[in-house]
Amino acid sequence: MRQPSDFALTLLTNQELKQMTFKRPASAGWAILAIGALCAVGFVDAALAQTAAPAAAAPAAAVPNKGDTAWMLVSSALVLMMSVPGLALFYGGLVRTKNMASILTQVFAIVSMVGVLWTLYGYSLAFTDGGSMTPWIGGLSKAFMHGIDVNSTAATFSNGVVIPELAYFVFQMTFAMITPALIVGAFAERIKFSAVMLFILLWVTFIYFPIAHWVWYVAAPDDVAAAAKALAAATDAAAKTAAQAKLDEVTGAVGWLAGAGALDFAGGTVVHINAGIAGFVGALIIGKRIGYGKDLMAPHSLTMTMIGASLLWVGWFGFNAGSNLEATGTTALAFVNTMVATAGAALSWLLCEWMFKGKPSLLGICSGAVAGLVAVTPASGFAGPIGALVLGFVVSPVCLFFVTAVKNALGYDDALDVFGVHCVGGIIGALGTGILVNPALGGAGITDYANITGNNAGTYDLATQMIAQGKAVGATLLWSGIGSAILYKLVDVIVGLRPSVEEEREGLDISEHGERAYNM
Amino acid sequence: MKIVMAIIKPFKLEEVRDALTAIGVHGLTVTEVKGYGRQKGHTEIYRGAEYAVSFLPKIKIEVAVASDQVDKTIEAITTAAKTGQIGDGKIFVINLDHAVRIRTGEADAAAL
Repeated sequence: MRQPSDFALTLLTNQELKQMTFKRPASAGWAILAIGALCAVGFVDAALAQTAAPAAAAPAAAVPNKGDTAWMLVSSALVLMMSVPGLALFYGGLVRTKNMASILTQVFAIVSMVGVLWTLYGYSLAFTDGGSMTPWIGGLSKAFMHGIDVNSTAATFSNGVVIPELAYFVFQMTFAMITPALIVGAFAERIKFSAVMLFILLWVTFIYFPIAHWVWYVAAPDDVAAAAKALAAATDAAAKTAAQAKLDEVTGAVGWLAGAGALDFAGGTVVHINAGIAGFVGALIIGKRIGYGKDLMAPHSLTMTMIGASLLWVGWFGFNAGSNLEATGTTALAFVNTMVATAGAALSWLLCEWMFKGKPSLLGICSGAVAGLVAVTPASGFAGPIGALVLGFVVSPVCLFFVTAVKNALGYDDALDVFGVHCVGGIIGALGTGILVNPALGGAGITDYANITGNNAGTYDLATQMIAQGKAVGATLLWSGIGSAILYKLVDVIVGLRPSVEEEREGLDISEHGERAYNM
Repeated sequence: MKIVMAIIKPFKLEEVRDALTAIGVHGLTVTEVKGYGRQKGHTEIYRGAEYAVSFLPKIKIEVAVASDQVDKTIEAITTAAKTGQIGDGKIFVINLDHAVRIRTGEADAAAL
């Protein structure tokens, strides 16, 4: 039998070298080195995984339910559909014909690259214990999918319920794929493709994976319950202290925002505020498009935008209802909330435009639907349906105000309104979640897995909850805003952010990709 | 021979073609064009961006006719394309020196 590293080398020489043609020998060399190194490490890791596997499969644990597994895989596919083709078409329709292929390529390429990064190390950084660093970032124990096989499971939000870890892995992967793809709308029509790819590679690594860890790396309910039971069963003082220490250890080994009690059901902070502020900073640093405010920059196809927005809506059921990680009543609640908040927000935007701008527009109702989807994302499993409906009606006027009045007053060129819709809508949603989770307002209330005798009921307090929500919003804005600014500057130094004036005028389709979206 | 060139409202094209056929003009060339005139333009709003669209879509038709047919042609187009609103368009008449039918090589009046 061949050694793994030999196999990796053979794979490269026989297959990839034949298929790849590189213009510059220097980059060919680097690419081969990089791919070779990754493959070699990957195979060594896989070999280690085989030796490590038997130790991990010791105690007989909960078995995944077939319905839950099926739902999670369907949800993952739905979320992928949000990016390609949903988001790609939604954005693509809004640019001019000369930049259509560039937007579609950027979204497709980001989705593909992040899929690779997630497999290599992203999942591990986001969803493993980082030891002493665990409030901030996970470790590399599951890099190259080390130790993840068909029998490994991931915890859900219910005691005694697990899903296959592979399903959890791929579901979370689709979130990591769409989030950076959202950013490109802010600096559409004026960025080099190489800059997009390098920036996104750095951005997911230093911004997305850590923030996903902060918010979503939570203690498994079963571990909390077991520790709480041990504490309840402890008789003498020494045992009580030990059990309490164990419980603190379990509930403490989580992302710091999760530990702070911030609620984010499906990614209002991690996905939308995060991408929105990164896009805003990008639009400021990269600058306005040539001719902004002077030339006609009308969307080239609102038909495409409508198709994209509709695919986003459908895919978002996977995003929000899938985020319950199993198929239960709460899943149905998240599904219904996603439906009613979006309908409300779409209608609300349309009516506001009709009243204040004179005409109800297709772009308006599509924008409203996306704003509603963004806002309901953190609230989807926590708010009641009427709460979600109110949230939908509230978010649209605020976002409309930002994409019209605020944007025009400040003069920044957030080309496709990533900040005005995703960041602002995400903040409304994150803060709204803190209010609407209140059982008195039809919300689901707080879950306390340590309260094993009280049906996991937690106590809701408006002030405490709003402080936690505010912390999550503020931390995301700061980390992503400042971090992104540094990364943009870095990318500018390494490859340069903007194409030349001539290239931008000609359109990125021809200058960056050597093709046109339309040959008619 | 003359070329009668008319700029008309797009939705009037079929009526104009019918009117020309009725007076025995059996061929015309049509181009989609944009123009700016007394009709001015309109405003388009995409979220926060407002654009004044000055150039409006029009149809340009070109008909080659014998000189004695020019008045009838102009009358037919005027009658068919008129709505009475600003933006109905204009007719220009241009001298035509020579015409050839490619298939047969027929020239001038026989080629029309």
